[in-house]
Amino acid sequence: MALNKFQIAQRIAKELQDGFYVNLGIGIPTLVANYIPEGMNVVLQSENGLLGMGPFPIEGDEDADLINAGKQTITTLPGSSIFDSAMSFGMIRSGKINLTVLGAMEVSEKGDIANWKIPGKMVKGMGGAMDLVASAKNIIVAMMHTSPSGESKLLETCSLPLTGTRCVKKIVTDLAVIEITLTGFKLIERAPGVTADEIKSKTKANLIVEGNIPEIEI
Amino acid sequence: MNKLNKNAEDAIFDIEDGQTLMLGGFGLCGIPENCIAALVKKGTTNLTCISNNAGVDDFGIGLMLKQKQVKKMIASYVGENAEFERQLLSGELEVELIPQGTLATRCLAAGYGMPAIFTPAGVGTEVADGKETRIFNGKEYLLEAAFEADFALVKAWKGDKSGNLIYKDTARNFNPLMAMAAKITIVEVEELVEDGELDPNFIHTPGVYVHRIFQGINYEKRIEQRTVRKVD
Repeated sequence: MALNKFQIAQRIAKELQDGFYVNLGIGIPTLVANYIPEGMNVVLQSENGLLGMGPFPIEGDEDADLINAGKQTITTLPGSSIFDSAMSFGMIRSGKINLTVLGAMEVSEKGDIANWKIPGKMVKGMGGAMDLVASAKNIIVAMMHTSPSGESKLLETCSLPLTGTRCVKKIVTDLAVIEITLTGFKLIERAPGVTADEIKSKTKANLIVEGNIPEIEI
Repeated sequence: MNKLNKNAEDAIFDIEDGQTLMLGGFGLCGIPENCIAALVKKGTTNLTCISNNAGVDDFGIGLMLKQKQVKKMIASYVGENAEFERQLLSGELEVELIPQGTLATRCLAAGYGMPAIFTPAGVGTEVADGKETRIFNGKEYLLEAAFEADFALVKAWKGDKSGNLIYKDTARNFNPLMAMAAKITIVEVEELVEDGELDPNFIHTPGVYVHRIFQGINYEKRIEQRTVRKVD
């Protein structure tokens, strides 16, 4: 059975390590914050200018001056710090952020990512995504394996305007965990009950499958 | 040296058609509400606006878009504004979308007196089209010029009569960067205090960067995405 978006987030949370500074993008990536293991110290960065992002405020405590990069009202935690947006991208560019999780419309087998523009249709802008993918050492994409119309979002080459090139290291979809290797997409884990053949058939690029592929443990 | 202005109308009196403005804020957080209202009232047109976002349909820069006061928008993310998207797709509005970190750092460079920066953001994408690149330690970077702007419209939490500023929470965002970056910086504050009331150790923007300051009024501080949790 395919994972739902909460289970995708739960699987990505397994990539967290104690002491990590992490930037979570909008959508499924944001949900990863709900699955940080108890006792693990993970500091969340919000690129508008906050380290140590806490949970949403209790109703009535919302503060218009305290939001995350998704413009949601949030809270700070003991140990939080606030800074301007140049410093925020300074710490991203200089490699201080250990893990970046973001959504995508397409990912290529070389690790290229497209997630900011559909020509003639959607013009929203790249926000901080181009800065993040150009500098982060460890980038995980969280997305559905196929588009709503059933097209593979994993491709040999992206068809949409790129956000960054050769930067994605791992993809967690509703069907699989896939690593991007020098030779292309490699299947690492599969969703419970989903066969490697089914994942292959829904991936519009070569998918390396070696030996027995374990199921994703949630 | 008197930096004190009566109100927003007073402070923006010499902003003219066709000039380039920087507007602080991230989304609707920390935007110069009073200055925007005064500009809408003044009806200045053909403006080039540098701001991370373009407001929403009925607030922030969206109010200026509705009045067709903006000729060109330089921003990183404009997803919340239907009128913006309409003007863009119909060709009425010129738009330059640039990475958020590039936008911030081009402000920083201007305020630090540096003509340009090198950044990896946008390498290999259409953002790099026509731009000079250079390789440092095996990695490719784009050359991006410091911004040049006539005015910066900045919102701070507290400010003194010398123009020293303190921002609150994530309403800081682009405000201190833009405060440093323009020829003339106009600041509206929630709380205007006498010199000596702010601790010099905790000033975010030194007064040297600030040309005009005034006590803002009637802050709406609209929330774009009200997200809360229930008490356990």
